[in-house]
Amino acid sequence: MATVTIDGQAYHVDGSQNLLQVCLTLGFDLPYFCWHPALGSVGSCRQCAIKQYRDADDTRGIIAMACMTPAQEGSRIAVHEPEAQAFRSSVIEWLMVNHPHDCPVCEEGGECHLQDMTQMTGHTRRRYRFTKRTHRNQYLGPFINHEMNRCIACYRCVRFYQDYAGGGDLRAFGIRNQVYFGREHDGMLENEFSGNLVEICPTGVFTDKPLARRYTRKWDLQSTPSICPHCSLGCNTSPGERYGELRRTQNRYHGEINGYFLCDRGRFGGAFVNRAERPRQPRLRDGRDDPWREVGANEAVARIGAWLAEAQGVVGIGSPRASLEGNFALQDLVSHQAFASGMGAAEHARNDALHRVLATTPAAIASLAAAEQADAVLVLGEDPTHTAPRLALSLRQATRQAGLAQADAMGIPAWHDAALRRVSQGRTSPLIMATPYATRLDDVASHRYRAAPADLARLGIAVARALDPGAPAVGDADDALEATAAAIAEALAGAERPLVVAGTAAGSQAVIEAAGNVARALASDAQHRGHLCLLPSHCNGLGLARMGGHDLDTALARLERGDADTAVVLENDLNRDLPAERVARALAMARRVVVLDCLPTHIMDQAHAVLPAASFAEGDGTLINSEGRAQRYLQLFAPGAPVREAWRWLEACRAARDGDGERWGRLDAVTAACAARHPLLAGIEEAAPSALWRAHGLRVPRQPHRYSGRTAMHADRDVREHPPPEDPDSALAFSMEGLQTRRPSALIPFAWSPGWNSVQAVSHLQATVGGALAGGDPGIKLLDRGGQPGGWYAEPPARFEARGDAWLAVGIHHIFGSEVLSAWSPAIVERTPAPYLALPPGDLADRGLAGGQAVSVAVDDIRLRLPVTAGAGLAPGLAGLPVGLPGMPALTLPAWLTIEEAGP
Amino acid sequence: MTEAAHQQTPLTGNIRADRGYVGLEDYRRSGGYIGLERALKAMEPGEVQQAVKDSRLRGRGGAGFPTGMKWGFMPLDQAGPNYLVVNADEMEPGTFKDRLLMEGDPHQLVEGVAIAAYAVQASTAYIFVRDAYRLAAERLRQAIAEARGAGWLGDDVLSSSYRLEVHVHSSAGRYICGEETALLNALEGRRPLPRAKPPYPQQAGLWGRPTVVNNVETICNVPHIVRNGADWFRGLSYTEDAGSKIYGASGQVARPGAWELPMGTTLRELLEVHAGGMREGYRFRGVLPGGASTPFLVAEHLDLPMDFDHVGQAGSRLGTGALVVVDDRTSLMGLLRNLEHFFAQESCGWCTPCRDGLPWVEQLLADLEAGRGRAGDIAILQEHCDRLGPGNTFCAHAPGAVGPLESALQRFPEAFEQGVAG
Repeated sequence: MATVTIDGQAYHVDGSQNLLQVCLTLGFDLPYFCWHPALGSVGSCRQCAIKQYRDADDTRGIIAMACMTPAQEGSRIAVHEPEAQAFRSSVIEWLMVNHPHDCPVCEEGGECHLQDMTQMTGHTRRRYRFTKRTHRNQYLGPFINHEMNRCIACYRCVRFYQDYAGGGDLRAFGIRNQVYFGREHDGMLENEFSGNLVEICPTGVFTDKPLARRYTRKWDLQSTPSICPHCSLGCNTSPGERYGELRRTQNRYHGEINGYFLCDRGRFGGAFVNRAERPRQPRLRDGRDDPWREVGANEAVARIGAWLAEAQGVVGIGSPRASLEGNFALQDLVSHQAFASGMGAAEHARNDALHRVLATTPAAIASLAAAEQADAVLVLGEDPTHTAPRLALSLRQATRQAGLAQADAMGIPAWHDAALRRVSQGRTSPLIMATPYATRLDDVASHRYRAAPADLARLGIAVARALDPGAPAVGDADDALEATAAAIAEALAGAERPLVVAGTAAGSQAVIEAAGNVARALASDAQHRGHLCLLPSHCNGLGLARMGGHDLDTALARLERGDADTAVVLENDLNRDLPAERVARALAMARRVVVLDCLPTHIMDQAHAVLPAASFAEGDGTLINSEGRAQRYLQLFAPGAPVREAWRWLEACRAARDGDGERWGRLDAVTAACAARHPLLAGIEEAAPSALWRAHGLRVPRQPHRYSGRTAMHADRDVREHPPPEDPDSALAFSMEGLQTRRPSALIPFAWSPGWNSVQAVSHLQATVGGALAGGDPGIKLLDRGGQPGGWYAEPPARFEARGDAWLAVGIHHIFGSEVLSAWSPAIVERTPAPYLALPPGDLADRGLAGGQAVSVAVDDIRLRLPVTAGAGLAPGLAGLPVGLPGMPALTLPAWLTIEEAGP
Repeated sequence: MTEAAHQQTPLTGNIRADRGYVGLEDYRRSGGYIGLERALKAMEPGEVQQAVKDSRLRGRGGAGFPTGMKWGFMPLDQAGPNYLVVNADEMEPGTFKDRLLMEGDPHQLVEGVAIAAYAVQASTAYIFVRDAYRLAAERLRQAIAEARGAGWLGDDVLSSSYRLEVHVHSSAGRYICGEETALLNALEGRRPLPRAKPPYPQQAGLWGRPTVVNNVETICNVPHIVRNGADWFRGLSYTEDAGSKIYGASGQVARPGAWELPMGTTLRELLEVHAGGMREGYRFRGVLPGGASTPFLVAEHLDLPMDFDHVGQAGSRLGTGALVVVDDRTSLMGLLRNLEHFFAQESCGWCTPCRDGLPWVEQLLADLEAGRGRAGDIAILQEHCDRLGPGNTFCAHAPGAVGPLESALQRFPEAFEQGVAG
């Protein structure tokens, strides 16, 4: 702590921060541009000028940049001082010299940091009378619009894109007032985190392209605290809606998870909500050959209730992408014994194993914030950039720990980005990428080790053994394996905060358990230094693991055996998990199939009833992320009547079947019932305040207080002014009235603070700038270190033996296309690759195959025809097949693949 | 040239009248490499530093920082390399002294580099040469090759186990590369943006390692100091600022050129004796004493000794000592517009006041030059002078840029008022 005098008043502040952080934390309106809490200080914009005094006798002082000045004990500064104010006003005037007066047609207008700062400094009249410089704009792909004339050259974009996210194709070109921020040529921004430019840019140079296509000002958007459903990390998001459409998704700050940044799948994946193909009306039919009849909700519920009443056994097939409440309602409907997780046997087993390792590990379960602090990382079998992208961004930061430590030794504070990047010169701490194929993190990796999943598991077990002689060994380890394991173990043992990352992506339970061994070995010493991060495949994989249930194969077998004649499928396209023929065969045995989903799926072709389920945008629910944190997402907008949360449909069907009334009525009741039923889910009610929460009798409005058009926006259909929809499920209101400031951290629909209309308002929502949200970051952690006793995993798999006549096909994950919901988002569709077969480059040549040539292959019993391509960094003997892309059948990988015929 | 004369003009004594290449043999005949030999065989690095400290040599790049003190900040006991970088990116308008030294006597610089590198225990030195100085770069490379062949550079210099490699790096050609930290970024292959200080280059410079950056003329003094001693060096000067100085003059003077003279030679002597006075029909109006980024001196300063302290006390800077002489017939607005055009063009674009302030200044001056100025324009110019001062901007580029303008506003207000449209 340090005592700092600001405008004559003494404050006790965090002495490790700079004066801009200190001033913002204390609530001073000190304008800035180039500084960003995650990017640090470089001192380029000169906007945060203050007066700095030597001592109490110094009355003149000097102009200093707050962001570049440490908050040293005894510092004396002035913010509200004429010379400093005049200088800040000049800086805005200079920035506005070339800035166009296009706010009325600019997408940033109304949430523009430049607008806010201009207001703040009081620059109101243009004195510059000469011609403004102009630039050409570029096509940057489906995510981002580019309008360079608005640029104020704060350099944040390139500092984020290059320095922070490791992107190479966005740069600063040229000098003086002609500096250009763009690509060498028009084209797709390649980095997986490009969407953050929208929020990083303090004005309208980089804007959200899908939003621009169906544009709404921030003040006219209705927003909500949501959770990204597109991977297992549970990044906090703030989607915005107008006219029943999801218009955009912004980052919602969470100090332990996503911080300030989202991946492009998370930001641009939500637009699946708007697809016209979605089921919007319940429909029924008696036989599979009969035509569909669209019906009202009551008729659908009554009929399904009757079916369930007469059913001779029901299977309930849940979903790891659906909420706990939806899954619980299904489980409650069909009984615990008849409930299945919806994952195929192999995936279900991996998910269970992953949960078991997490529940028993003596290592700390790493949040993304903790991962960022790791000073040595072993990634075993996972390709985070494509399976849990936001983690990849954190791991990239983790590699900077060596440089940060070096800078620290030289007395350079961590916020001083300009100095520490020059001092550290790209020095990285260990990042060991042990994967089946090359990854986007390889550029900052210290060790790259390519191997088949079985060999990766063996490596993990050998590393654990090298770290801890008490750990089981790989009995038939050769010298190469021992040497590699020793090198990795040395890197991890030398670290203060080592981290192990693994997950389900490699298709290997042994890999997950081997990672558990490494974490256990790292955590076995007195300091308990080890951290573990395991990645399930879905946004609620851990939730399902903690809820229990059969795997999908078992559920289908019950139908096939005639143990049940009715199936209820919750938000799950079974054809993605198991071969379509196998699913069809089982469903064909059922007398009735009821499908609830927010997306159209092929299994609806075999259904007798389809119920339109709410997406994350139209409903509320609880998800458990990869660190075991229960988080609540809240409804963004009230859907048209027949679309409801799955739990509402299922409870209505149950009531119809049992002939009694509905028990729950509101989300809190379902959540509480779920928590009461499942000890492993106890506490999930606390993930967010209940629907009854009020402050001064007020709810939290989803709309900004300037929300316009409320009385007129539906006048084309009905000129009467309807009351806003009720919200029985949360403490939020579909309104502009209520508590706009000091909202509980789990109930912040959008970032705003008086005078701060852009996302930069986040600083005012945090306890200290860049730290946790005021009141604590939301969510309830259900998993804790050493929660349950556990031990070593002792069974190393057999060494992988490459075959001359076949390849072991592994799954290659794609940030764009491999995840089912986002794959329906139009912008994501533009970035989704076509299915392919990847072979090691040498194998292509050996077989006389040319890139792009179509080949017929067999994987297990499934035959495919795919263009062949050279797979970067594939380990010898492996082939790669994309996971989950539209057009790819469900495959249980790894599996042996043979080429049957090479066509032209 | 006689030995006595050589003693008075140590820097330029070897330069041939035809400006031809002075090779290793010629350089050695004039006593070349004796200094290096003495330093390596008879002196500890700290003793070399002390000799330079005692000489009171100050940096000739323009800032006048004491060279020995600068070296003293270099850690000599760390594992890992130290670097010496010679700033030969001479782009200050009106200045060409370093070019003269590099083209005319390249071995002098090479020897200076070797001694300086030894003094700061650098095993690698870079000479960062202005892009346009092709001949200088060529001759330096030739001299380095000769020195290396003769054992003055390389793995085992003079069998002393001291190791030094010297590289010539040609700049891509921007004024800002002459800013010592921007130069380091350029050398690393990055955008030539100045770096934040601290950390200073001696703490974390090139590739993050301790680095000292010296100007060509500064380094060229070093062999003579080691050879002839600090007392001799101080005796070269008329004033407290030691040594000789290469002064230059451009503009409407009778004999534009550059001369090595005692430090502290008066402005009057420079103008009237060495530059031959004003050309026929031109009258002296003022002078930018040290290149384009130094404030005006005027007639009242003619008897000022031209050294760092005296010129500083008069409100300007000695800078590079290259006088830009301004006469009564050249449009002052045109001159200033041209200067500010240069500085606006050469702004690296990193910090706001410089990037967006200087082009505005340039355009206001263009309007004043054309008689299109408006009421309030002069106030806006003054505002820029006030707000582009040291500390307000990221580096010294913008403060340097407004130096001449601010002094012109003080000394020649009528020239601005004439540009305001009636």
